[in-house]
Amino acid sequence: MNQDIFVAIEHLRGKVSDISYIMLAAAHDLAHSSSGKVVAILLGHNDQELAGNLKSDQVLYADHSSLIDFNPEAYQKTLVKIIDEYKPRAVFFGQTTIGMDIVGGISAQLGLPLVSSVRTIEAGSKLISQICGGKIMAECILPEITTLITMVPGGYKPELGQSTQLPPITSIPVQILDGLRIMLNQYIEPETSDVDISKEPLLIAVGRGIQNQDNISLAEELAQAIGGVVCASRPVVDQGWLPTSRLVGKSGSTVKPKVYLALGISGAPEHVEAITGSGVIIAINTDPAAPIFNIAKYGTTADLFDLVPALTEQIRNIKG
Amino acid sequence: MNIIVPVKLVPDLVEELSIDASGTALDTAWLRMIINEFDDHAIEQAILLKEKTGAHVTVISTNVEGVDDLLFTAAAKGADRLIKLNGDLESGINNHALARAMAILLRDLKPDLILTGVQAHNDLDGTIGPQLAEFLGMPFIGYVSGVNVSGETVVVRKEYPGGLIGEMQASIPILLGIQAAEHPPRYVAISKVRQMMKTISIEELDLPTLDSTGAPVVNRMFQPEATGRATMLPENADDAAHQLVTIFKELGVL
Repeated sequence: MNQDIFVAIEHLRGKVSDISYIMLAAAHDLAHSSSGKVVAILLGHNDQELAGNLKSDQVLYADHSSLIDFNPEAYQKTLVKIIDEYKPRAVFFGQTTIGMDIVGGISAQLGLPLVSSVRTIEAGSKLISQICGGKIMAECILPEITTLITMVPGGYKPELGQSTQLPPITSIPVQILDGLRIMLNQYIEPETSDVDISKEPLLIAVGRGIQNQDNISLAEELAQAIGGVVCASRPVVDQGWLPTSRLVGKSGSTVKPKVYLALGISGAPEHVEAITGSGVIIAINTDPAAPIFNIAKYGTTADLFDLVPALTEQIRNIKG
Repeated sequence: MNIIVPVKLVPDLVEELSIDASGTALDTAWLRMIINEFDDHAIEQAILLKEKTGAHVTVISTNVEGVDDLLFTAAAKGADRLIKLNGDLESGINNHALARAMAILLRDLKPDLILTGVQAHNDLDGTIGPQLAEFLGMPFIGYVSGVNVSGETVVVRKEYPGGLIGEMQASIPILLGIQAAEHPPRYVAISKVRQMMKTISIEELDLPTLDSTGAPVVNRMFQPEATGRATMLPENADDAAHQLVTIFKELGVL
């Protein structure tokens, strides 16, 4: 095992994902204590220019036509070979739709430890994970063997993983990627809708606390009274109570309104990562321990079923 | 088509969580356990496929408190076969150990399709789906929110950020990590669950020796200190509404 820290760079349709820069920032923290280098692993096809602003000591670039888009099998095969050959101190993956498809298989295949949901590195080599919807933190000491780490956002600013200096790029050979059992047929673009919640200045967001579909109307009436737009967290959309175009979070939209009013939203990390750009977050949740209160500017544990109608009425009275 | 759905119980996050005396795990004494919500979607997706193609659905879980209710509820929704796994489960079980042991048992069940929740909120050593797939030698696709099977071909909708979907194609057997079923999980009446308790039995299988290679050792578990804390408004709804109106005015949105 060498002391270098590897980062499996994630990119989608020609753009490096923010999580890649966050991982590079964390990798520098870890490399500092191991006295190793930070090495970015970039997989793609004619994608070498994506290495441009990666803050790393070296980029290992694997080019193959089967790596033109994310394919879990092609990615896993390629990364297994690289990790097994170089045996770095640690390898970072995103806790994302890309990283989580492959890291478990790599861990199982190579018998390497895997620590997930890591948010920060503390005291050089303590991995701090955020679990149970952000309510519990777990600390693991970096095992004394090549360790796979998956990162959630929140602990590092992406800018810390960006650089204006072009890192040295080394092209590495890719093994034969024949006989893949998975293929990408096509991308399906997001549904276009009447509103684009990522551009709205005032959002009324509903979470699991809204309890049922009929209660969505409470939020809609408030939105109508004040002139805002209703959006939702994952459980509400999964129940089919609001369309995907209104989804805020990991696989939905990232929003940055002037005011984000969260009704019955606990503040799970996947949701929080998409609302941190908001001007002012106001949270209404009966659970005083809900993590949403840690990022909200104002909060109340009043019952939303009492508060929202009262608020709507007061606003209507003002507006006449 | 033979569909297997491995599911698990997780702490209900609505309840207050606390750390046990060892300082390295959740205190399970008063913990209320509920089905992992993504596993609930995996069951729903399996039943939807059964309704479309006539598949046979087996739901499988570890034998911990609450598992019978979980499995009978799955049967009430349409699952054909229920299995609980016995083993050394006292101190909890990590994904690596369970995936490794379960792979040995699942091979005999000859699955065409394995559907499981894409993640669970208490995962600390990755998610179980891709590990189980690797131990079984099957391909894996996660973050799936729609599955179509025709003959040997599986076409899935894989979610990417921003609402983008990747339509991927593969052949059976395959393991899929379900983010959301095509329809929300159906509701079943308690009376129907009770009826299942009389008409279907739960099979028991013994897990082989558990091997946790790949799972990290937890040094410490703790509740996060609030970095920032909201200014709290009154709990009384009318008073809180009144203050919110003032705040909205100050922020210029009213």
